[in-house]
Amino acid sequence: MTPHLHLWLIPLLPLAGAAINGFFGRRFSRQAVSTVALLFSGAAFAMALWVAGQFSSLTLPYIETLAPWMRAGSFQVDFAFYFDQLSLVMLMVVTGVGFLIHIYSVGYMWTEGGFYRFFTYLNLFMFFMLTLILASNYLLMFIGWEGVGLASYLLIGFFFLKDSAAAAGKKAFIVNRVGDFGFLIALFLLIKHFGSLNYADLAGSISPLHIETSAGLLTAIGILLMVGAAGKSAQIPLYVWLPDAMEGPTPVSALIHAATMVTAGVYMVSRSHVIFERAPIAMTVVAIIGTLTAFFAATIGITQTDIKKVLAYSTVSQLGYMFIGCGVGAFSAGIFHLMTHAFFKGLLFLAAGSVIHAVGGEQDMRKMGGLRTKIPWTFWTMTAGTFAIAGIPPLAGFFSKDEILWQASRVSMIYWAVGILTAFLTSFYMFRQWFMTFFGEYRGEQHGHGSHSHGSPGHDSHDNHGHGGVHESPAVMLAPLVILAILSVVGGWVGIGNRFENFLAPVFHSTATISADSFDAPSMSAEPKNEEAGKSTELLFTEISVGVGVLGFLLAWQLYYRRPELPAEIALKLNGLYHTVLHKYYVDEIYAAIIVKPLIAISTVVFWKGIDRGMIDATLDGSAEGAREVSDTMRHMQSGNIRSYAGWVAAGAACIIVFMTWMAVGTR
Amino acid sequence: MNALNPMILTLVTFVPLAGALLLTIFPRRDRDIRVFALAISLIDFFLSLHLLAHFHRNLAGFQYEIDRVWIPHPNIHYHLGIDGISLWLVVLTTFLTPLCVLISWHSIHDRVKEFFILLLILETAMIGVFVTLDLFAFYFFWEATLIPMALLIGMYGHGRKVYAAVKFFLYTMIASVFMLAAILWLYARVGSFDFVTIQNAARSGQVADFSSASLWLFLGFFIAFAVKVPLFPFHTWLPDAHVEAPTAGSVLLAGVLLKMGTYGLLRFNLGLFPEQARANAPWIMVLALIGIIYGALVAMVQPNMKKLIAYSSISHLGFVVLGIFSFTQAGLDGATYVMLAHGISTGGLFMLAGILYERRHTYEISEYGGLATSMPIYSTFFCFVMLASVGLPLLNGFVGEFLVLSGAFQARPIYGILGATGVIWSACYLLWMYQRVFFGQIKHKVNATLPDMNFREQLALWPACIVALIMGVAPLLWLNAIDPAVHAALTPYVNFAGQFASKVVGQ
Repeated sequence: MTPHLHLWLIPLLPLAGAAINGFFGRRFSRQAVSTVALLFSGAAFAMALWVAGQFSSLTLPYIETLAPWMRAGSFQVDFAFYFDQLSLVMLMVVTGVGFLIHIYSVGYMWTEGGFYRFFTYLNLFMFFMLTLILASNYLLMFIGWEGVGLASYLLIGFFFLKDSAAAAGKKAFIVNRVGDFGFLIALFLLIKHFGSLNYADLAGSISPLHIETSAGLLTAIGILLMVGAAGKSAQIPLYVWLPDAMEGPTPVSALIHAATMVTAGVYMVSRSHVIFERAPIAMTVVAIIGTLTAFFAATIGITQTDIKKVLAYSTVSQLGYMFIGCGVGAFSAGIFHLMTHAFFKGLLFLAAGSVIHAVGGEQDMRKMGGLRTKIPWTFWTMTAGTFAIAGIPPLAGFFSKDEILWQASRVSMIYWAVGILTAFLTSFYMFRQWFMTFFGEYRGEQHGHGSHSHGSPGHDSHDNHGHGGVHESPAVMLAPLVILAILSVVGGWVGIGNRFENFLAPVFHSTATISADSFDAPSMSAEPKNEEAGKSTELLFTEISVGVGVLGFLLAWQLYYRRPELPAEIALKLNGLYHTVLHKYYVDEIYAAIIVKPLIAISTVVFWKGIDRGMIDATLDGSAEGAREVSDTMRHMQSGNIRSYAGWVAAGAACIIVFMTWMAVGTR
Repeated sequence: MNALNPMILTLVTFVPLAGALLLTIFPRRDRDIRVFALAISLIDFFLSLHLLAHFHRNLAGFQYEIDRVWIPHPNIHYHLGIDGISLWLVVLTTFLTPLCVLISWHSIHDRVKEFFILLLILETAMIGVFVTLDLFAFYFFWEATLIPMALLIGMYGHGRKVYAAVKFFLYTMIASVFMLAAILWLYARVGSFDFVTIQNAARSGQVADFSSASLWLFLGFFIAFAVKVPLFPFHTWLPDAHVEAPTAGSVLLAGVLLKMGTYGLLRFNLGLFPEQARANAPWIMVLALIGIIYGALVAMVQPNMKKLIAYSSISHLGFVVLGIFSFTQAGLDGATYVMLAHGISTGGLFMLAGILYERRHTYEISEYGGLATSMPIYSTFFCFVMLASVGLPLLNGFVGEFLVLSGAFQARPIYGILGATGVIWSACYLLWMYQRVFFGQIKHKVNATLPDMNFREQLALWPACIVALIMGVAPLLWLNAIDPAVHAALTPYVNFAGQFASKVVGQ
């Protein structure tokens, strides 16, 4: 007997929190606001834990239908929730990391204005994110998909007095909409050809289809879904919004723009594996986009001096890895990296927030340095995160990244080679950040008299964060850091011996008969033949990936610890290249020049002033002349006397009746 | 059977007119006049709820019918009746009118009595358009909406109000003449103005010369409706009319009057001329798509807030036409839904723009900036209604747009694809405007001390917001009634329409 899970409660709990704070938060104290926010996001987490406890007694996938949402003819979409191993992983990550970041935010946002507004948005985000991952059909997923975009828009623009923050929020929403456009077309194709958007129905009707050797329907759907994923998960060519999104408060960067929302694209592609597995061309597109993005973003990460921007490009790059995993068919490896990345990147952002908090709102790493001893908790937790992302064993990032690279190498060595190169760059820019922030001499201003550099562009406007010089953050911020640090260390161990992959195997390898007894599905990792050779190759590849991690560390140590004057000299020598990369390859400028500006110019000059005013209204110029004359006449009609108006109405009606009677008789 | 049923449509239609007549002998005490107008419009709204309560949702065809001979010669009937489509348009009208009264409470201080008389006459005329099944009466009500609306613009508008009023009047008046000609032709051949009679006669091939004349008849109706919608390139009257109109005029113009055009297309062009509708669909779809994209792009670059919203209406109404001429269940369901959703959210946007105008007497976007600081409640309302208009899921705009686009995609993928770019454009123009009006520092000192929304203004916006949310979360409340009516409307097209799930792959 399958227990009833009441999954709908999980997203609805944070929504209740958002509603309470949204309507009454203005009148609440900060304590009350944070209590409500923590209570409801914590309840969602508790509920998720309870669901996880019921897991062994469930028949998977477990589907819970609440009510119909919309219907047109025979097409219907329900409010229904879907639960399987993949949902469980996502659920634990989102509610767990989400709850931790809620706790952290209480400390981080305590002195900011709009405290209740912040937590309203944050809880609202949780609602939409949980809807996204628990939905049982693509349209319900799309609710969450657009909804997290809304929460992101509101939170990026949280400091709306700053023009840059407001612009960044708008940019994020619009760029995401470009991706959503692709997503929508994919849904229309699914409706047109399969008549449903339910995962279960679609799996049933797509499973019997053959693998498409040339581009066909499933290829088109796959590529369009990837367009949507590229928007949400910040992949080429739609990644441009994510670095700007760092205008939002740092906990938002951690939760939405690192740990959860931006991974929605990876989740969506994995959820659609039935389609992708039958569309190898679409898979290749996914892998290539992932590979290019991973490498491209990593190169930009090297040159950034803003501590959050480094992490932002790093996020784009790591998301690229996840797509490489999906693109080579190793969906569980992609999800594995999604999970470990949520731990260590969430941690890195929170730690970066703690650093920013400590130095009074400064985000420029060139004005940091030597913070190791001043904020030891932050230092040690951030160290764990840095080593984890750099792929140093036995930390979390090592296991998941290694798994992706190994799986990629079995499809194409190019993916692997670029991936390894990216891993080297990752290690280098992360340790660069580590050294610049925590080692050497402190290069920032001294906060002797409590005065500090608030108002400087690019920081969180932490007006009250500079009191009393560099200082460690309060316990409410440090506790989440410590927990995430522990997870960043041990989180990868669940992957040892393919345990993680085997856990997800029923989702990814039993697509033909989705409701069959899924636990017996065979794991397809490691073919029996050549197992010995495969093992030794895998070991070699692992050694190489650890090697480049260490190499990155050494290079950063050389350049940013031992010879800190060297980077500037190198930058000078490679002037053109350096500036191109520093300015992010001028992609924003290129987009502005070839899309935004022409669009506005054409709309103004051609459409509005040209066609609307010039052509259409000018064609009517003669009649406009006439209209002016008539309007003179009309003016006399407007005596302001209502009886005269009534008279006109009656006269008009009478004319019509007379005319019609005459016509009717005449034609008879 | 409920005793009220046979006369309910008559009541709903003419209660506002009765109120207007009473107002003419009312003493000129402005406050009492306002309260009275509000009471009348609310009574009418509650009467229209009776329609909802007793409507048989699973039935196609007309309900609450009443058919009496009005004028024996020519054969004009007093024939009223509604189906699942017109039902909701009637309720939309009775829902928006009280909000218009509220929003005009103080902004109209001159000739108050005449204002509310015109408003109530307008309500009767609008409802009449949706409930009447006699083509003569339809034409009568159709023209009858023109006069009060033109006067509302011309008398209570601002700026070039007379120019705008005359432009509005002439455009729609001239276009309607073609419809009149078509109606008279039909009467001459069928001997009746009755919609159902004419429809049956046409379908059974009893009308002489019908097939040779049907293109011209189709176009006659089409021109009248296309100008009203408005479809590109007949749209240039709309921005002018909106910008100069008083707030209530804009709300009803966008909320209801434009829907008369799309309703007419659905009821008459589709209902009477299936073959012509099918044959002419391709270029009409193209016009609709141009409207969606062109309207949005021109909206994006407007420096005037109200003009921006006006152009956005052109874009949204393009979705409606796209859905109607897709001849799919989803497309028509969605088109009807967009009509209603647009009425709520664009009505809301115009009310909000009007609230700002009352304070600053300008719609220029550059005159604002940073209002989120001085007017937080207003900003929140605006944000909500904007999101509804952008088509955020769980709000009203999404359901209709999604159904329309999926229907258009079934008809021909390229229609759906081009139409779907609308989701990008709408985000562009509205979010950009929102940023310029509400975010950043306050640039003009006068904006720092603007009073936030008062109780009455919130009272006008709350219902719109709540309905926007319910329409997004529980669209079946509406679609239940719309679906059978649309199904019936599509019967002549059934061989043509790409049905859902018609090609389930299962080899």
